[in-house]
Amino acid sequence: MSVYLNEGLPIPQASPDGLDAPFWSGLAEHRLLLQRCADCRQWQWGPEWICHRCHSDAVSFEEIEPRGTIYSYERVWHPVHPALEKQGPYLVVLVEIDGAGVRIVGNLLGPPEQLVQIGAPVVGVFEHHKDANPPYSLLQWEIVR
Amino acid sequence: MNTLRGRAAVVGVGETTYYKRGQSPDPEFRLALDAILAACADAGVRPEDVDGFASYSNDRSDPSRLAAALGCRELRFANMQWGGGGGGGSGALANAAAAIAAGLAECVVVFRALAQGQYGRFGQGPRRNTISGEFAHTVPYGLMSPAQMFAMKVVRFMHEHGVQQAALRSIALACYHHAQNNPRAVMYGRPLTADAYDASRWIVEPFHLYDCCLENDGAAAMVLVRAERAQAFDNPGCYLLSAAIGSQHRAGAWVHNTPDYASSSFKTLAPRLFAMAGVVPSDIDVLQSYENFTGGVLMSLVEHGFCEAADCNEFFVEERFLAPAGDLPLNTSGGNLAECYMHGLGLNIEAVRQIYGTSTNQVPGAEVSMVISGPMVTPVSNCIFGSEATL
Repeated sequence: MSVYLNEGLPIPQASPDGLDAPFWSGLAEHRLLLQRCADCRQWQWGPEWICHRCHSDAVSFEEIEPRGTIYSYERVWHPVHPALEKQGPYLVVLVEIDGAGVRIVGNLLGPPEQLVQIGAPVVGVFEHHKDANPPYSLLQWEIVR
Repeated sequence: MNTLRGRAAVVGVGETTYYKRGQSPDPEFRLALDAILAACADAGVRPEDVDGFASYSNDRSDPSRLAAALGCRELRFANMQWGGGGGGGSGALANAAAAIAAGLAECVVVFRALAQGQYGRFGQGPRRNTISGEFAHTVPYGLMSPAQMFAMKVVRFMHEHGVQQAALRSIALACYHHAQNNPRAVMYGRPLTADAYDASRWIVEPFHLYDCCLENDGAAAMVLVRAERAQAFDNPGCYLLSAAIGSQHRAGAWVHNTPDYASSSFKTLAPRLFAMAGVVPSDIDVLQSYENFTGGVLMSLVEHGFCEAADCNEFFVEERFLAPAGDLPLNTSGGNLAECYMHGLGLNIEAVRQIYGTSTNQVPGAEVSMVISGPMVTPVSNCIFGSEATL
């Protein structure tokens, strides 16, 4: 399977303290897991040790559909990492997840020159880097047609 | 009354030569010493009488080593404002003034020193095999430099309010215009035209090359004392009228999750700043607004009430921002785009020079001079200086 950005960027790993570990293991299993408070049911991202609304420490990771809308985006031209020097322009999107109201960052699949519309619905596409050392998975996005 | 208004004065400012990144012949700590000695000389302060240091953005020049190197009789205040980028540029002044007002110290130096050749560049992504923490959620998608972090906010703001590219361009043109009169400026002798801006390459949309700050080596410093002592020094009185530090609700939520996203982070600070100073935006004679990227200036001016978000396309025109005749002279040293990127301390120094009457783009009769430091990071800060007549 192809990947959106050229290989060679830093490989994401769970925080040493484990705070976001379920998110990364979830992506490897083709699942989007985000943090939610078991007491007040507030979704929360990025993850934290307590719920920012009710201060409960009963925060855990729940699966949610990888669907959302484009909240903002950017087309990057200037490479700031050697792995991107032959990449050409690419699109980064900030996606607001349906039903959770939280945002995550990914790439928008398709031509980098495409017209991007804030508010457009998108669906997640899991991108597995099984041959990387260590292996990892990302979540990319494509426009819902 | 519980206020910093009129409690402390900036009695001297100084800087080293400003270099393109990596070109300083001196190491960073030496640059810090040279800037502090220059500020002390400007003030007529003996370096051994300095008893406090305040900085920001994890400056590497340790205050105890500075005090030892300068032969300070004693050290009474050693302060670091948390947060990266230039968000603490005015905050460090606030901390210094607060220490002075509270009697913790008598003569405090605010400084910032940078040698990117010695310690690495800001504008590059991390060079390592793995990454964890907040950046693990952005770097693998190619979102890793400051320009990339902040373009996302600016795109959203421009979308919400229909702002056009020419608004950003007006800021870059004003900065470069002012730098042509400032021999300290790295871009002195290198004017920018609208055509050259339009033709310049994209870094990340909506930022052209000229929407982005420089990367520089150098150091800058300011000397503060109690307001009552200001008359004993050579420069005209320049008093801190107000300062504010902070950011909005959950500004620091990871991975671009602050609820009020398309913001420079100043909405909660601006009312406090103007209230403490007892002025309104129309009282500001000259403004220095930190340009990490022009889009940050755009949002900062809106959030401080200089213009409505819906009116940006009409408000952001170069002529308005030019000293001496414009109605809101902006970044009159050339700022971070064209003078030097000293994490914005140069903007604070320029604001003081406008009160001293020694700017290379002097606004005639400037009495109230304002600085906006480090938009879009958290915490941010801002401050207002006034002449003796404003006390």
